[in-house]
Amino acid sequence: MSLIALLLLPFIGSCLAAVLPHNARNTESLLAGGVALVGAVQVAAWFGPISRGEVLVESYTWLPSLGLNLVLRVDGFAWLFALLVLGMGALVSLYARYYMSPQDPVPRFFSFFLAFMGSMLGVVMSGNLLQLVFFWELTSLFSFLLIGYWHHRRDARRGAYMALVVTGMGGLCLLAGVLLLGHIAGSYELEQVLASGERIRQHGLYPAMLVLVLLGALTKSAQFPFHFWLPRAMAAPTPVSAYLHSATMVKAGVFLLARLWPALSGSEAWFWIVAGAGACTLLLGAWCAIFQHDLKGLLAYSTISHLGLITLLLGLNSDLAAVAAVFHLINHATFKASLFMAAGIIDHESGTRDIRRLSGLARMLPFTATLAMVASAAMAGVPLMNGFLSKEMFFAETVFIDATPWVEVALPVIATLAGTFSVAYSLRFTVDVFFGPPATDLPHTPHEPPRWMRLPVELLVLACLVVGIFPAWAIGPILATSAAPVVGGVLPAYSLAIWHGFNAPLIMSLIAMLAGIALYMSMRRPMREGRLQRPPLAGLLDGQRIFEWLLLHTRRTAAAAYRRLAPRPLQAQLFLLVAAALLAAAWPLLPHGLSWGSRPKIAGSGMFVVLWVIAIACAVGAAWQAKYHRLAALTMVGVCGLMTCITFIWFSAPDLALTQLVVEVVTTILILLGLRWLPRRLELAEAPGQRLRARARRLRDALLAIGVGGGMAALAYAMLTRPTPNDISGFYLRRALPEGGGTNVVNVMLVDFRGFDTLGEITVLAVVSLTVFALLRRFRPARESMQLPPQQQRQEPDLEMDLINARSAPDTAQGVMTVPAVLVRLVLPIALVVAASLFLRGHNEPGGGFVAGLVVSVAFILQYMVAGTQWVEARMPLRPLRWLGAGLLCATATGLGAVALGYPFLTTHTAHWVLPLFGEVHLASALFFDVGVFTVVVGSTLLILTALAHQAVRAHRPGHLPRATAPKGAA
Amino acid sequence: MEEIIATAIGALAASGVWLVLRPRTYQVIMGLCLLSYAVNLFIFSMGSLFIGKEPIIREGIKQDLLHYTDPLPQALVLTAIVIGFAMTALFLVVLLAARGLTGTDHVDGGEKQP
Repeated sequence: MSLIALLLLPFIGSCLAAVLPHNARNTESLLAGGVALVGAVQVAAWFGPISRGEVLVESYTWLPSLGLNLVLRVDGFAWLFALLVLGMGALVSLYARYYMSPQDPVPRFFSFFLAFMGSMLGVVMSGNLLQLVFFWELTSLFSFLLIGYWHHRRDARRGAYMALVVTGMGGLCLLAGVLLLGHIAGSYELEQVLASGERIRQHGLYPAMLVLVLLGALTKSAQFPFHFWLPRAMAAPTPVSAYLHSATMVKAGVFLLARLWPALSGSEAWFWIVAGAGACTLLLGAWCAIFQHDLKGLLAYSTISHLGLITLLLGLNSDLAAVAAVFHLINHATFKASLFMAAGIIDHESGTRDIRRLSGLARMLPFTATLAMVASAAMAGVPLMNGFLSKEMFFAETVFIDATPWVEVALPVIATLAGTFSVAYSLRFTVDVFFGPPATDLPHTPHEPPRWMRLPVELLVLACLVVGIFPAWAIGPILATSAAPVVGGVLPAYSLAIWHGFNAPLIMSLIAMLAGIALYMSMRRPMREGRLQRPPLAGLLDGQRIFEWLLLHTRRTAAAAYRRLAPRPLQAQLFLLVAAALLAAAWPLLPHGLSWGSRPKIAGSGMFVVLWVIAIACAVGAAWQAKYHRLAALTMVGVCGLMTCITFIWFSAPDLALTQLVVEVVTTILILLGLRWLPRRLELAEAPGQRLRARARRLRDALLAIGVGGGMAALAYAMLTRPTPNDISGFYLRRALPEGGGTNVVNVMLVDFRGFDTLGEITVLAVVSLTVFALLRRFRPARESMQLPPQQQRQEPDLEMDLINARSAPDTAQGVMTVPAVLVRLVLPIALVVAASLFLRGHNEPGGGFVAGLVVSVAFILQYMVAGTQWVEARMPLRPLRWLGAGLLCATATGLGAVALGYPFLTTHTAHWVLPLFGEVHLASALFFDVGVFTVVVGSTLLILTALAHQAVRAHRPGHLPRATAPKGAA
Repeated sequence: MEEIIATAIGALAASGVWLVLRPRTYQVIMGLCLLSYAVNLFIFSMGSLFIGKEPIIREGIKQDLLHYTDPLPQALVLTAIVIGFAMTALFLVVLLAARGLTGTDHVDGGEKQP
């Protein structure tokens, strides 16, 4: 099996698991277990080459332009983790089959479970740091989903949320750190990063990078001060706790520390941060574990403490300590996972995990009790167990460390103290639960669990014993293989034996053992009397409280900033927005000022000046009148639009002028249609205080407006007096005819060079018109604007026209506008011919799909205006929605046609034919694209305008509303 | 001519901004129209102004920026005009719907400011 297949296998399994039936526990666990087992066997089979020091590498091109490849790389250390992930996965899948109840939706569980397995494999097999971060984030995500598996429970939701926030923030820090690391090392390839350790440690950015990477690793492995999320994550189903939160995911942090050990370790900063965090976590976790009443809580704190131990070892900057860390990593995974599973069995069988209620279970669950006791002994570091060996190595490291004197004293003391605590909580786990009088008030009467539920625990406990008794034989080669890459290839001398003589570590072990028993005995009474509910002293270092305080204040600050920066009233928001834009534009000008260029100016024209003076007066007038005189304001805005259009034609932009002219017409009709639904506005006398405030506000707005206007004028003038920039436009001018097949460069750009842009644009147009259509289907006009407008109220009531009797009029335009109606009907064919001409010449002369489409729409709208909605629609079903769809299809199909012929999307092809009568004919495929543009423009413009026009018809259903309250003919 | 174009852009922009900052939806929509004229003219003028040099290739005239005006801003502005129309239409309908729902044409959907 290739590495990529191994990596993809769990993800494929995850997709399969998601679609299985709701209660398929057997199939699901078979699938998950099968995937894990196949993977594990395959990984185990690689042991031969890997143990000879080979590194399996597969590389796939991913983003070659950025030099990024998907690199899968398995060396000894990654091999160990892959085996751990898959082997544990197989055992936990089996266990989960019996743990999950028939009511639980298992497809979700196993789907996430397998996806997590794949992500974790991705982390350990990554040969590229960015890829590692990607999978790292995936593990956080699936951990979140699995903790929140029972999402009806509040504690599960909160625990999942906290885990995601802490590990997610760590992941972001890690990403930043890895980017820095890649920058320092010159590559994101793990191989090269590991080889340039010296350069990395000398670099000026090393401290910053180190802190960021460590933030990622320490949050993931629940190290002090980020340890608080792990106990909360125990709300997850127990298989998840056993798998993610003791054996694999929380190990990702220490995995990363060990992975980057050759590149990052060996500095003072590394020692103080990593070893410091590890030592704090080791002590704090062990201390808190003693006082937990929840079985899983105890195990969670114990996990934190053991992770601290591994971190501390990795922080000691010694090769031997790193080997010990890897060894303890393996051991911890075996005994802790088995303990979690045992705790799950107890919970499952007795219905509670409260140590205070459980008692004497050894009589009811003899097998489970034995297994749990052996595993606890390993956790406490009792001789003949695997935990003992790695603990001895740890003690030896603390004794023989070479550092400042107080550290040399403090470390062994810390180690012994932590050992003492671990003995105490291991005793609490076993003695309190399994011995004593049989518990009487349990929710269920415990029985031995099914045979297969116990099997994973048995296998793991067997591993603990075998490794503990025959270490050199059972684990020696594996440890050597997996630890070698961590220390850079050359292993230090160490011996895996139970008996090393009567030395300092053994004495420390003995002290810890005795002190632990004494501590446990001294605490039994106060504990039973309920005097020690919470861990003493540890309250001072409550990470969770700090986390919640920080979260609360972040939220409050954000809310306050939001209130300040985005005030509810729109006017204030817009003011801030415009002011910010003005500032941003003015900022770069501050140091240099703005000076005029020296380009020769165009000779002035009196006519042009006069026209613009009128238009500017209209703009100011529109601003003045828009509140009380809407129609006047609309007219004046229209003047500005027309003047813009004249400016375009004056300065050699015929296409723009055409488009602007027709758009101007359509916009004006549109707004005229809307005016009808706006409330009548009367000038009201304001109170003096209000008036003063309103004046101040208007003055402020006017100043800002003048600032923006002046700024734009100055910028435009500064640009206009400078020579033309020699930019990319020359390219379009040169290529338009030979490659685009048209002489009108603007049109060729729209339908050819920038065709993709135009496709997006017509899509926006279509979406907008559909939105308008949808919004107006449920339109509820304001009550007072439902009545007929005064002009129509004054018409004869028996006049049969649809302006009055919208639904029932048999003939329209009777008596009103008869002459214009006839004329406008005559305009339609003429307008269609004009549009056809504009469309056809578009590629070579001013014109094109946009303008033609707008002309056609205007022609149709004119019919609506003079003849009324019903008359038009009874004679001419327009169906704008079909136009829309057909146009989009036509444009897209033209683009895809190029793809089908092997060219990039929207490539134009020009055909040349010589036809009788016509002579030489050029036909560019852009023409079909332009047909699409034309059709979409017609469809969307008609859709928007007719949707608005229909409102007038809908609102005046006969009998729907009283026609007029005013007497007929009243002024 | 450059002076008058710059002044026109400034006047349109100023009127537009002033209207956009007003409390009534109709004022805002008028303001956006004026503002879009200003911005379109501004983008258009970035390609420099020429008289009688339409970007339509004629035979025998060298195809460079000395003999034709810059087609790029024109293509951009053409797109902008059409999109501007679409946005005006959408805004108008939202305005009408808001007026129907809230009973007022104030931009905040209520007469009293908080």
